[in-house]
Amino acid sequence: MENYLSIFTEYDIPGAFWVNIQLTFWAAIGALVLGTILALLRISPVASFQAIGASYVNLVRNTPLTIIILFAVLALYGQLGFTLGGDFQANFFRLSVLGLAVYHAAFVCEAIRSGVNTVPLGQAEAARAIGLGFMPAARLIILPQAFRGAIVPLGNTLIALIKNSTVAAVGSVATESSSVMKTMIEFRSDIVIPIFLTFAIGFVIIVIPVGLLTTWLSKKLAVAR
Amino acid sequence: MSASILFDTPGPKARRRILIINIVGALIAVGIVAWIFFGLAAKGQMQPEQWDDFIQASTWKNYLLPGLLNTVKAAILGIIGSVIFGLVFGIGRLSQNKLINGFSTVIVEFFRAVPVLLMIVFFNVFFSRSLELPGDTALWAVVAALIFYNGSVVAELVRSGVHNLPKGQREAGIAIGLTRGMSLRYIEIPQALVAMLPALIGQFVVILKDSALGYIISFNELLFFARTYSSPNGNVLQALIVTAVIFILINFTLSKIAEQVSKRLSTRVKKAKNAPAVVGTTAATFAETGTKDDAKEQ
Repeated sequence: MENYLSIFTEYDIPGAFWVNIQLTFWAAIGALVLGTILALLRISPVASFQAIGASYVNLVRNTPLTIIILFAVLALYGQLGFTLGGDFQANFFRLSVLGLAVYHAAFVCEAIRSGVNTVPLGQAEAARAIGLGFMPAARLIILPQAFRGAIVPLGNTLIALIKNSTVAAVGSVATESSSVMKTMIEFRSDIVIPIFLTFAIGFVIIVIPVGLLTTWLSKKLAVAR
Repeated sequence: MSASILFDTPGPKARRRILIINIVGALIAVGIVAWIFFGLAAKGQMQPEQWDDFIQASTWKNYLLPGLLNTVKAAILGIIGSVIFGLVFGIGRLSQNKLINGFSTVIVEFFRAVPVLLMIVFFNVFFSRSLELPGDTALWAVVAALIFYNGSVVAELVRSGVHNLPKGQREAGIAIGLTRGMSLRYIEIPQALVAMLPALIGQFVVILKDSALGYIISFNELLFFARTYSSPNGNVLQALIVTAVIFILINFTLSKIAEQVSKRLSTRVKKAKNAPAVVGTTAATFAETGTKDDAKEQ
């Protein structure tokens, strides 16, 4: 037992999770913004905009996240010399956030689109009847209801993002939890299973409240119809 | 429905405006592609020698195809294992025995919340230290992690598939003298499996994509081979693009198959039930909710 407890003083486990939470936070903001723009493109009346949105979603959704983050670090930075400022570590962190945001934006877009499907036809008709064009109708009438109807799939995307933030390990973010766990189990082969369970339960503790919050929010914010 | 609710059928003036925006949009799209292309060219990334590696037979024979073979191997083992795992724990969650039910619930909820990468890293060390597995330990680590995560997702699909069946199915089963377990086995599960097929195929895409996480533990899959091959040749960017294209082609095909199956199922149920087209039929609605509500995306 003492042997096990020593890992908490030797390694900064809460700090490792904190890195994952930070990765998730920034990537979630990026994915939400990009995903909303993509959703708008996909529901617009303009065929070429729809095609841009659909190509993005189909390309990105079918690419492994590992490739996207590797691409950001090895190709964008390593081969093309593209940086996002800061020191070495900060740059890798930001490139990983970029990869995570680009990947999850495709899922956010699909979540919002499914939310748009929950908005009754009459809402859009009423918006047009009072003279709103596409953008005002989308901004004032459709999207606010769509977001409320899309809380469950958006929550699922957020949960996936939290777990996927560990893939930043391929982006050379060595302080996040999967990298820290890797180092730990390689050095402490006597307690491999307890170390894994510690990290696994850490994720359960983060993910389950998000799931409960999502369910609660989706009920609380459901549009009464 | 989503595409058409936001605007009326456009009149002549709006049609002209849409046409103009459409052309602008197309120009923007072409512009983005051209910007990427010329940007790469300006950085010296469009030289033929960086790309023609990937049209040479030896590159494919020695690197890409062996890598792809391992990726597919891991994915197929992962798929078979996940379906078995999913059936066992999905039925477990439907069990009336509190112990079996509780145990299955804990297992499924736990493995759905743990990142696949964490499991891959753990199993890799665990297997190499404590188990003597035949062949490549890294392959088994990837397969095990894929099975535990995706199996749990499949278990949820099985459970929600059975829950979405009309109540009359079980009642009819019990009325002809079957026990609960028999009705589940002979009547409900077979129907649930057919209804969940599109969502299940969608999950195969997730499995295939996640197999690329094996890269981190140096599992000899496609991405790892592409990286090892390209690093000394200075064309990592090109190799990553080629790898991504291979993944996209396979996954896109799988998604299309899922869509087709979903369509086939919805007409089948429609015919059987003679339901009006407006109301979502069971198979179609299931495919929708099944994919969207079950946290399947990775």
